[in-house]
Amino acid sequence: MNEMKAKPRMPDEVGVPDPKPFMHPLSIKNYGTWDYHDRPRAGVLRHVAKSGDELFTVRAGTQRQMDVYTIRKLCDIGDNYADGYVRFTTRSNIEFMVADEAKVAPLIEALSSNGFPVGGTGASVSMISHTQGWLHCDIPGTDASGVVKGLMDMLHSEFIKEEMPNRVRITTSCCQINCGGQGDIAINVQYTKPPKINHDLVANVCERPAVVARCPVAAIRPAMVNGKPSLEIDEKKCVCCGACYPPCPPMQINGDDSTKIAIWVGGKHSNARSKPTFHKLVVANLPNNAPHWPEVNAIVLRIVKAYKKDAKHWERMGEWIERIGWSRFFEMTELAFTKHHIDTWTGSRKTMNQSAHVHL
Amino acid sequence: MKDGDNVNDGDQNGVNPTPMLDQLEDGPWPSFVTGLKRLRDTEGAQYAPMMNDLLGQLNHSYETRRGYWKGGTLSVFGYGGGIIPRFSEVAGDYPASKEFHTLRIMPPAGFHYTTGLLRQLCDIWEKHGSGLIAFHGQSGDIMFQGCTSENAQIAFDELNEIGFDLGGAGPALRTAMSCVGHARCEQSCFDGVKAHRGIINKLLDEMHRPSMPYKFKFKFSGCGNDCVNAIHRADFAVIGTWRDDIKINQEKVKEHIAEKGRKYTIDTVVSMCPTRAISLHDDDTLEIDNKSCVRCMHCINVMTKALSPGDDRGASIMIGGKRSLKIGDLMGTMIKPFIKLESEEDFEALEDFAEEVMEFFADNALEHERIGECIDRIGVPAFLDALDIPADPNMVNHPTTSSYVRTDDFDEEAAKWFERKATESGMVVDS
Repeated sequence: MNEMKAKPRMPDEVGVPDPKPFMHPLSIKNYGTWDYHDRPRAGVLRHVAKSGDELFTVRAGTQRQMDVYTIRKLCDIGDNYADGYVRFTTRSNIEFMVADEAKVAPLIEALSSNGFPVGGTGASVSMISHTQGWLHCDIPGTDASGVVKGLMDMLHSEFIKEEMPNRVRITTSCCQINCGGQGDIAINVQYTKPPKINHDLVANVCERPAVVARCPVAAIRPAMVNGKPSLEIDEKKCVCCGACYPPCPPMQINGDDSTKIAIWVGGKHSNARSKPTFHKLVVANLPNNAPHWPEVNAIVLRIVKAYKKDAKHWERMGEWIERIGWSRFFEMTELAFTKHHIDTWTGSRKTMNQSAHVHL
Repeated sequence: MKDGDNVNDGDQNGVNPTPMLDQLEDGPWPSFVTGLKRLRDTEGAQYAPMMNDLLGQLNHSYETRRGYWKGGTLSVFGYGGGIIPRFSEVAGDYPASKEFHTLRIMPPAGFHYTTGLLRQLCDIWEKHGSGLIAFHGQSGDIMFQGCTSENAQIAFDELNEIGFDLGGAGPALRTAMSCVGHARCEQSCFDGVKAHRGIINKLLDEMHRPSMPYKFKFKFSGCGNDCVNAIHRADFAVIGTWRDDIKINQEKVKEHIAEKGRKYTIDTVVSMCPTRAISLHDDDTLEIDNKSCVRCMHCINVMTKALSPGDDRGASIMIGGKRSLKIGDLMGTMIKPFIKLESEEDFEALEDFAEEVMEFFADNALEHERIGECIDRIGVPAFLDALDIPADPNMVNHPTTSSYVRTDDFDEEAAKWFERKATESGMVVDS
């Protein structure tokens, strides 16, 4: 034991593991030679290979942050009702691959009866892509797993069905860095007040030139405060983005009431039809009322319903709005359009309507 | 409740009350709170006290609307990054979770697992960690969440011994992501697993020993549907595509129309083509103007049986995607409209190009500057010159509209274009 401690183990730099040993045998056999797919029902994909082999996939939602009991329960289901091969999607859904169609129905039943909703395929609301929040992040303005649980409870019926015009990808982010990413609907922390600086700590904790350099609007400058080297903020310039907080924790950006939630719409990763887009601000200043975010959830539901009712098949959220126009979007969702919706950042002129095209 | 209030009275058994979190156990979606409580309530488990205090701290965050984790420095022997250290700022009230670090572990490319492998991961984390694992973080890592400083090394050693390696953190090459690809998807235009493992494993030193200006991320999507969100989220996005014609099975086209209707097919396929490259004949056969097609994937998504990508497959490379910090959002910009990805030499050329781009980034980006910001600062033409990449109309939406451009070497640049076009068409060019 002492010998081992004296001579630490060097890592075996294996890099990215080869997935082939963990792939379904039909994936190995038909690797790169698939022919087509369809979806027999929500939550189920059928992929047919050029060899004629069929591989069925059953997709189920998870809580992403899983205890070992939950993972072992999913493994038990995978061993007893599937072929023992699983994968996870980008949005933390688990997928069970089976060769035999007869296994599909009992597998769905086993997942559903154990509390794992089957769905998330095609024109559904899939699992929310989210961040760490208060559970593990060092700079969060809100939680992630908790508020997502509340949102997915609300949207559960749209996860298990494929009744939306096209897929709906929702994201949440617990600060403005936006680790949750772009989404048809993005629910992100939006700070509303400049950071409050603890001048006693800045000199010892923060590398001041790096913090000055981090500010996107050059609102931070070195200053002596109470005889100590610190930083000061031009609060008129500050856009309250929180970029200074990670490199300098004494510049506290979060406040009980000043950390708000904003909702953005129309982000799209895919290149299908229109080019990928960023999401756009639709409402800000919503209260950070975790665990259930009732004010946020009500507006998300309103947006989802308007899209469901009015968009054409295959139109994503942003494409639908592109067609109907922003005037109609704000009207249909009963949200306010304000001067804060008008971009002022670099390149903003290109986001203006420089034509006589108007929606009246 | 404000900071400083006594929040940790606990019940008689020392269980922290969690009234806010308790509200997240009802409802049809799986509850992570219920999972955390299962760990807390596992009698005799080494992680139970840690999870009790973790729940206490999390509930405290819900009440005060504040986070209580701070970073620090922690690594395993031989590596400089890959562990996200978390120390509690309220360890006085919640001592058992005072250290709650995350091990970022790279998953098998494409996120494939057997149940046996997942059970092995659970067994290791149950022994040395909290019993809480996230599949997966936004970084594409398996996040083994909740480990003491003391246990980080042994947990890593055991994971390493069954073939797993630490992922990236800090100013370094980061863990990559790839879609399901060839394993199950007919739309996949290149072997994502091969490209993913080839590049990351070649450049692995840059992941384990952070020394770049800032983070650098690769993502691999088999087609333009971009299921791993590469264009928005990756510094280097590899997106599958093809350069010959879309394959049409006219019998399946007719079956699709018979099933869905002609109007529906016109509305959802013909009218939605972004470049108006599709027409439907009166006999219900489909014609595609392949020279106008931009490989967006829409018609193939709708008519999965009738249409498929061509046979001459490869990928586009887009560089510079990132979120707001610092200059604003950037998507990846088209840098290589098409590279063939079939032979070993093709993949080696991709790996070499990835290495060249990383070297450019290391040499030219400012501290805390992503490559997209660096390119924005110097201009795309300077980036192309540095990497010796010829300009291509696919890189732009349209040529510049500004006359503020110096064109005194226009003739030389034009000569290069004509020479390249001649070479591509197989002509021998006098040197």
